[in-house]
Amino acid sequence: MDLRKNKKRDGICTAVALIAMFALLLIMELTMKSTSILFTVLKKGVIYALVAVSMNLLNGFTGLFSLGQAGFMLIGAYTYAILSMPVAVKLSDSVYKYYDCAIGFELGIIPSMLLAGVIAAIFAMLIGLPVLRLKSDYLAIATLGFAEILRAFFQWDAMGPVTNGANVMRQYKDLTKVTIPFTDIRFPPTLFCFLVSGICIAIIVLLINSSYGRAFKAIRDDEIAAEAMGINLFKHKEMSFVISSFFAGISGAMLAMFQYTVQAAQFKSAMTYEILLIVVIGGIGSVTGSCIASFLFIACNEWWLRFLDESANNILGMNLLRSGFRKVVFSVVIMIIVLFFSKGIMGDKEFSWQRIFDFFHKLFHGKKQAVEEVSGNE
Amino acid sequence: MQFLQNSLPYILAGISVGGQYALIAIGYTMVYGILRLINFAHGDVFMAAGMFMVFLSASLPLGVAIPLVLIITVALGFIIERVAYKPLRSAPRMSVMISAIGVSYLIQNCALYFTGGLAKVYPQLPWLSDTITIWGAVTKRVTLVTPVLTLVLVIGLSLFIKYTKVGMAMRAVSKDFETARLMGIKVNSVISATFIIGSLLAAIGSLLYFTNYASVTPTSGGMPGLKCFVAAVFGGIGSIPGAVIGAFIIGIAENIIKGLGWTTFSDAFTFALLIVILLVKPTGLFGEKATDKV
Repeated sequence: MDLRKNKKRDGICTAVALIAMFALLLIMELTMKSTSILFTVLKKGVIYALVAVSMNLLNGFTGLFSLGQAGFMLIGAYTYAILSMPVAVKLSDSVYKYYDCAIGFELGIIPSMLLAGVIAAIFAMLIGLPVLRLKSDYLAIATLGFAEILRAFFQWDAMGPVTNGANVMRQYKDLTKVTIPFTDIRFPPTLFCFLVSGICIAIIVLLINSSYGRAFKAIRDDEIAAEAMGINLFKHKEMSFVISSFFAGISGAMLAMFQYTVQAAQFKSAMTYEILLIVVIGGIGSVTGSCIASFLFIACNEWWLRFLDESANNILGMNLLRSGFRKVVFSVVIMIIVLFFSKGIMGDKEFSWQRIFDFFHKLFHGKKQAVEEVSGNE
Repeated sequence: MQFLQNSLPYILAGISVGGQYALIAIGYTMVYGILRLINFAHGDVFMAAGMFMVFLSASLPLGVAIPLVLIITVALGFIIERVAYKPLRSAPRMSVMISAIGVSYLIQNCALYFTGGLAKVYPQLPWLSDTITIWGAVTKRVTLVTPVLTLVLVIGLSLFIKYTKVGMAMRAVSKDFETARLMGIKVNSVISATFIIGSLLAAIGSLLYFTNYASVTPTSGGMPGLKCFVAAVFGGIGSIPGAVIGAFIIGIAENIIKGLGWTTFSDAFTFALLIVILLVKPTGLFGEKATDKV
């Protein structure tokens, strides 16, 4: 089969699909009410998709079972909030009520987001030095521990002039403040989230397909063999850890933008567990799987299963449906997936146009003909 | 003298919390010793025991409620192992750990559903909840009972593991899973027995712990659970005396830190300790003696 021809076709298909998606988003944002739940789900979904993919880079592609993602999101969210908050707000009492803010400048949205990623990456580099020498489950518990330490650190009173202690951060530049460069026209917020996440995920995919990515996969499959092939284990693990944290930081910054307020208490280990469950549902080692799963997860959590929480929906006089029932159903479903469908939605495969085309060929021409068609194309 | 008088309440609280942590940590260390699994759900089993107590004591007398709580918690531990871990026995270790995280998520959400997210007031246990005064430090009687009860239970457990057939089987399985099976040991029932013992101790620990803290929330199992795992690692995972000593050290150190006014860092300290111990002495305090492993 002509591989180059197929590659070209796949590239065109991907480009067309992406343009169609962004155009659709733009049209939806311009025509529909911005308070619609659909936009909430899309925005949160794409933010979680980024952090899930970044976790997948570690857990699925490098084989490092790390549970520190919430901690790095916390760093990203706080860095963004602190840097992007207008100076006037910092000087007034409205946010820093009990402290005098020590950061006397403000930055634009994009520099703040980038710095959010960079600072998360620097923390990751420091944490990685000791932690990455540990093996599987010890690594998990140590990274979980570091995330908890970070949370305590950000809530510390002495850090108050920077992080506002345990109080809420708000009035920084959120999604409504995003404008098209050099103009005052508002940038559609959902489109902005998709654009940023899309670029980040594309970079991760490029990384996975590069020689570094192959080294990561070699480490995942067999550390000793990888080392024997001349891969510097520690260097590559550290690299994977730092890059993953960089993107977790950016997604933390986006989460802060999306939420309007941010508080350290939110970034508990339960959050890391949720991200991990997304990765598992999507399939460990599949980028597209993580993206699909995060949209499904958020949509179920915020939208589709909401009716389970309404006590008005009870039938037969049973008092089963009330606040919280949605989460119970949801966690049962997750347990079923973990136990019986441990490969998740995509396994370790990626979305490919070839499979889609094959599927349609089969659908329209029957199985036998499809094979003939494909061989005829050669 | 003045210093002692001031710090005595914290040290007393530390010893008491340490004893309660010890009872939970044993569950972690035994399960890890046999299955090489961090049982993330163990902390939530501990919380669930507290919830059972809240709900049962509302309608039943304490004399009935307490044994019933112990039985239900043991059943919960047993069911978790059978449903969530046993089918994955031959799966990679990561899948089992993910399953454990899933169970933890499930238990927390169930608790959230049944309580409506409110903190539930833990019932007052007569005698245990009475306040007493030791050298000017006011505390509950449970503070004194805990270390004694913990020591009695640990000694009992050690004897059980050393001299009974089930205990011997546990040691064999933790040494070598496959060989133990070849020797005719029913590995699955040994693992179940481990979970039963662990859950029973967690239930007793929860009786003591929540008597001190007076309220249960769906997330109140998470932090103690992680700390107890740290205690188990600190003492050398797989070793029962190690887990107990580690738990006491963590309990006391944590309360001294609280006493110094660094409450925000009392949790962080535990994890800092974990990282230091993993880097300096990954086997823990008593980890080397393979014969101690359970």
